[in-house]
Formats: sequence, structure tokens, C-alpha cells
Amino acid sequence: MSLLSSTTVLLGKELRTEFRSRELLTTTVVFILMVIVLFSFTFDPTYNESRRFGPGLLWLAFLFAASLMLQPCFLREQNNDTLSALRLSVSDPFAIFLAKLVANTLFLLFTEVLMLPVFAVLYNVPVLRVLGQLLLVFFLGSLGVSIAGTALSAISAQARMRELLLPLLLLPLLTPVLVASTQVTVGLLDVSPFMEWKGLGFLVIFDVVFLTVLWLFGEYLLEE
Amino acid sequence: MISRGFSPTGIRFENIEKRYGGLAALRRIRFEITPGECIALAGRNGSGKTTLLRIAAGLVRPSSGELTFPTAAEAASRSSKTETVRSKASAGFVAHATMVYDELTAEENLLLFARLQGTPNAAERVEKLLHEVGLYDRRSSLVRTFSRGMRQRVAIARALLHEPSILLLDEPSTGLDPQGVAWLAASLRQLRDVGCTILMSLHGESEISMLATRAIRLDAGLIVADTRTVAEVRSILTFADA
Repeated sequence: MSLLSSTTVLLGKELRTEFRSRELLTTTVVFILMVIVLFSFTFDPTYNESRRFGPGLLWLAFLFAASLMLQPCFLREQNNDTLSALRLSVSDPFAIFLAKLVANTLFLLFTEVLMLPVFAVLYNVPVLRVLGQLLLVFFLGSLGVSIAGTALSAISAQARMRELLLPLLLLPLLTPVLVASTQVTVGLLDVSPFMEWKGLGFLVIFDVVFLTVLWLFGEYLLEE
Repeated sequence: MISRGFSPTGIRFENIEKRYGGLAALRRIRFEITPGECIALAGRNGSGKTTLLRIAAGLVRPSSGELTFPTAAEAASRSSKTETVRSKASAGFVAHATMVYDELTAEENLLLFARLQGTPNAAERVEKLLHEVGLYDRRSSLVRTFSRGMRQRVAIARALLHEPSILLLDEPSTGLDPQGVAWLAASLRQLRDVGCTILMSLHGESEISMLATRAIRLDAGLIVADTRTVAEVRSILTFADA
């Protein structure tokens, strides 16, 4: 079976199990909502402060929510040793990663799109005129988070202190993605919106490099 | 249970060793399973049975040694192919864990793995297997609502989806009731009779152990007994845990 067909079948499984349990989506939506609402009431930011600090806060919430979302990614494959069944069934183990990272990106994007209006209202930041560009940054940033997070989730799932290990490895690795995504978002939410091409370019390079590394070495991460 | 379309395949273990850090799980494992043979692996907990089965399935890479899968013709000429690909393509594996998703129904689980394995006429094959394992009426129920025995039936059905020429079973009767054990024994007998190679780890004597034509006893990762005589096979299986 080709890589694309295997990935499609596995992606169907990922989406079906998640929409049946709603475990990951509920956790991330509630977490991001809490962060956005709490900071809005705690600091009561002015119009200019919202534009300056809002994007950083938003991406920080996305990143922490992603680390919550990515934790069970491979961990739940261990409950019934289903990862072994997948390894025995697919001809290319990269399909397992590809399906998981696409699913994680979709879940993260869904959460971000859901939370964007809440952020815009609570922080009084107009987002409609730059919605297309914002979605592009959300997509590239979420893809980077998902690629690195899926790989690290596979590593940490086999370790002893797995709950601690994933955030420990993930957060430092994703700091550059966080910085670049925040920079681009700050530019887009400016009074005179502009695209921070350097940051956007960095996100593209990060995604391509990490996806290539995962494609080359992913199989070893799944071995016992 | 199975319609024959495979060429019988054996397994050749050549000085297989597996170490986890300083612990040697398997040491100097050297034996050959001829195509169509049914072997019972016996031994205490931690003797290396599961590791041996997982190596044969291609899930664990041995620290040293070589694993080959000769077909009947290759076994006769003492040549063989070494790739793990053949193991994956030809082996069905039933492990301690059920290796199926609790959040999916029995039918969804089997369809998922059938599609991933590229099983022709996947839906028909799944339907047939669900009938055979006695779960057709519960095909739309989530696996998490099943008893341990029912889950084990799904696990066995999953392992048989692609009509494997090698069946690797790690304590396959776990959780099965007496009827389930009888069904499994009958199914395995049928598979053995059409030339499927079976390697299974067992504890004690049962209807399933009666199928074994050869028994191997492991102790601390070493083969300490290997016999084909009926009395000795029964003796190994009965006293392996003692």
C-alpha cells in the first residue's frame, strides 16, 4: 500500500477516535480559553498593549495547549500495543507519523480558529482584514509544532518519566517557532499591518527541515 | 478460517542474541522451524519467549544473529531470504496485549488493519472473519465494551486478516473461556493442516498445546530443551513453569 493511501487510512482512524472521545480538543480549547480570559481580566490591556503583547500571549497559550495535546499522541498507542499492530501493517512507518502530525495540525488549527474571535473580542484587536495572512501563520506555526511534537511524543512515550520528558524536550525546541510566529503575528496585528517575511520564511524552513529529518529517521523512533 | 494462497514459510534463527543494556534476554538462539511446523514455546516468566516471538514478528531487532524466512523450496536447498519485509508480509502476530483500538468497533478495527495491509476485498474478508470468531452480531459495538475473551477473538481475527503463512502467538488462550479455547484450537488445527507455520508460547497443557508437534523450552534466554517426541512435548509443556 502506498504512503499516501496508508496515511489517509490512518488519518481517518485518528479523526474518528478523536471525534468520538473529544479528549484532545476539549482539553486544548478549555486551556486556551482559560489563558485568554484570565489574562484579559488580570491585566486589562489597553488597545496598544493588546497589539504588542496579545500575539505573544496567544502563541504561548497555543504552545502549552499543543504540549497537552501531543502528550497522548503516541502514549495511547501503548495501551493495547496498537503501535506494534500498526508497525506490522504499514509498509512505510513514515505513514504513522504523517497521519499523526496531519491530525495534530488539524486539531491545533481548529482550536486556534475557534479561539481567534474570542481573542479579538476580549483584546479589542481587529483580525478580519488580515484573516488570510493570520491563518497562514497559524498553519505554518502549528505544522512546526506538530512535526517536532509528534517526533518527540514518539520518543517520550517509551521513556520512564514520559509526562515530564515531552514538555522538557518540546518547549526549548519550539522556542524559535514561538518567536517567529509571534513576530509575524505582531506585524499583522499592527495599526498598519505588514507581513514579517523573515519570520514566515523561518517557519517554512523549520517545517521542511524537521519533516525531512522525521522522514529519514522516523522509523528508528518507533523501534523497541 | 483460511483459504490457501500462500507458499509455506519457515523461520531460521541463527545465533540470535538480544540484550537490553546489561541484561541478556536471549542468548545463542539457534534453531529452524520448517514450513508447516507447529511449535510450542515453554518456559518461566522472563525466560525470553515474548522477546523471541517479537523478534520473529520483526518488531524487535536482535542485538546479533540472523533471522531468515525460508520457503519450503529454500528450506530444502538451505538458502533463504533475510529481509524483515517477508516476516511482516507473511506473519500474523497475537501478543499479550490485544493490539486493537478500544475506541473503534470490532468491524472498524478489522477494516483499518485490512486496508493498511492491502487485503483484497477487505470488507468481505472482515465480514467472514467476524462470523468465524463469533462476533458478527457485535460488529458495531466498541471494543471497549467487550470482555477480555471477546477482545482476544478480535485480536486473533486481526492476525488472520491477511491469511498469514506464519502465525506467532503469545499465550493466545489468555482470557478465552473453554468454548473460546476449543474454537481457537480447532482454528489452529485447520491452519496447521493447510501448512501454516505456527510458533506459540504457552503455559501448561491445554487443547491448544495438543496441536504442537514440537516443543522448545527456554530458560534465562537459552534453549534448554527441544523435542519432537509426543511424550517429551507434553512433559515440557506441563513442567515448564515448575
